[in-house]
Amino acid sequence: MDRFRMIFQYFQSNSESVMNGICGLLALASVKMYTSFDFSCPCLPQYNMAYGLGIMFVPPIILFLCGLILNRQSLVMLEEWRRPPGRRKKDLAVIRYMCSSIMQRAMVAPVVWIIVTLLDGKCLICAFSGSMDPQKFVGFANVSTVQAQQLLAKVPCKDEELMRNTTSRKAVTRYLRCWSQALGWSILLILIIAAFLARWLRPCFNQATLLQARHWSNYIDIEQKIFEESCCEHSRLFAHKCILHFFESMRQEIKLHSFSLPREGEGHEEGEDLLQGITDQDQVNKLLKMWYYEKPPLDVSQAHQRHPLVRERSPLPWADNTSTRSKSPQHTSV
Amino acid sequence: MKMDKFRMIFQFFQSNQESFMNGICGIMALASTQMYSAFDFNCPCLPHYNLAYGLGILLVPPFILFLLGFVLNNNISMLAEEWRRPQGQRGKDPAVLRYMFCSMAQRAMIAPAVWVSVTLLDGKCITCAFCTSVPVETLGNASHPHLSQGEIQRVLARIPCKEIYNGQQLIANEVAIRYLRCISQALGWCFVLLMTTLAFLVRSLRPCFSQAAFLKSRYWSHYIDIERKLFDETCAEHARSFAKVCIQQFFEGMSTDLVAAHCHLPRKAPANAGEAAEKLLGITDQGTMNMALKNWHRCKPPLHLHPPALPTGNGWAEEGQTPTHPSAPRKETAAYYSWV
Repeated sequence: MDRFRMIFQYFQSNSESVMNGICGLLALASVKMYTSFDFSCPCLPQYNMAYGLGIMFVPPIILFLCGLILNRQSLVMLEEWRRPPGRRKKDLAVIRYMCSSIMQRAMVAPVVWIIVTLLDGKCLICAFSGSMDPQKFVGFANVSTVQAQQLLAKVPCKDEELMRNTTSRKAVTRYLRCWSQALGWSILLILIIAAFLARWLRPCFNQATLLQARHWSNYIDIEQKIFEESCCEHSRLFAHKCILHFFESMRQEIKLHSFSLPREGEGHEEGEDLLQGITDQDQVNKLLKMWYYEKPPLDVSQAHQRHPLVRERSPLPWADNTSTRSKSPQHTSV
Repeated sequence: MKMDKFRMIFQFFQSNQESFMNGICGIMALASTQMYSAFDFNCPCLPHYNLAYGLGILLVPPFILFLLGFVLNNNISMLAEEWRRPQGQRGKDPAVLRYMFCSMAQRAMIAPAVWVSVTLLDGKCITCAFCTSVPVETLGNASHPHLSQGEIQRVLARIPCKEIYNGQQLIANEVAIRYLRCISQALGWCFVLLMTTLAFLVRSLRPCFSQAAFLKSRYWSHYIDIERKLFDETCAEHARSFAKVCIQQFFEGMSTDLVAAHCHLPRKAPANAGEAAEKLLGITDQGTMNMALKNWHRCKPPLHLHPPALPTGNGWAEEGQTPTHPSAPRKETAAYYSWV
């Protein structure tokens, strides 16, 4: 019990920090993904916008979904939402609280990606270089519209022969990067202010409801963990009993069919006999074969029925198993 | 005390089984990215070989990684055993088998998906495979004269190999590569988005349907796993006890044989000799020990323990059993010759 208590205190104190840790790891992963991704703008008029905006918005969706998948609490919330009421009413405030905390954590990595993309500038340069007004830049002012489009589309590609070291190309790049970084910093500032206000002003509204919702959402989480732990513990004990009964039944059968000398110290049978009455190569082989061909039924309640028969030495121990088999061959009530 | 040790071991296994499998999953995903970066991609730059090579590199390693994911998963043998065992006294639940298979397949899919994503996002495979299908009309000069269709194909096939590319007038190398890489990366991101969406749907729709059946299948699949481990542990314990008793009986048999053969009085340890003298089992000189070792090699005892000599606990056979020994040598001798 002490061990369980220690384990569950750990879970309780660290459920929030585990989720925060996953959140932080995903944010770091998004930065790493961006730096290792080889951004190569197609530099073609029709493709630039699609590519640039795609790189800016598709990975955040993926990161958001990953954030939802990796967060254990989202499953807990869904189960709580979809379960039949039964004898426990559902509190929508708790579900809303869980939903909002999950969404907030899942939004961190996508926002990090978008901000890093904007601060770096490559995506916006690729997407919007074709939308620039050619008249503003000296190098593109004197060419036809179609050609200007083609040239502007090639601006993001530095190694393009036509555009290498052109001042107009650098001017367009600088202009777009300036806009991109300004946008990035503005978004970051707005988000930080919003987060700051939300955290500061929250206690002014519905603090009591918030405390209740937080408490019960923690409770549901812990209850789920404890249930899983209890099921594991139960299945282990179940397996242990099942195997002991199997060995016991093998021993009974051997005793009945082998006509061996009665052992000294009959009273020590139930004690610490490590060999469980199986003392022969053939007996061991039979036990292993029986384990594969006829696994014992998932019913450990027959322990209480069997003991009287041990003393009476009924001729067919397996017959008792067949009779109990018809009742409930598979599961005890969990 | 024995059960406490089991309990600690199995709590460790159970609490960490999921995280252990997730760890293997993550390691395989990392291994697949490492494999890709270590692999030296060499496009053949020939018209019909490019497609085969590119698509082969894209699709064959994921298949291998998928099978490897099954091979490395310890639970595959458990699934196979549960599937193939005779019914016996315990019915089989197909829902449990389906659950075990699905969870293994999901984990095995991760490394192949990582390989395919990394390959597509890198772009070399698609560039190699589809360079002959580049739209020359829109990207280059389709009106370049004196080139037959086959020639154009051969020129385009050399796009991935920059050092031997000779079609700069037909279509610029960088333009074609940028175009192909853009398509490849778009495909890659779409693939990742699709996989993530599928994973999200599978995970989030499950609690909405059949949650009770899921809990049941999960419990029984964990049970089968734990039962198997516990049975193996019990068998190992049994084998240890069996071996101990077998060897002990061998030494006792040796010492009684010697007594019978040499007509020495049985060397009774004096009452106050202590444990060390007990453990010598009556073998107290070099010749006897050598004979014991020779007999152990030449004539191992049968796998058959004598009931009267079985210990009731951890202690050795007691003095009170000496009266039964005169009958034992007869059996032992027969056993020596009959053992195969």
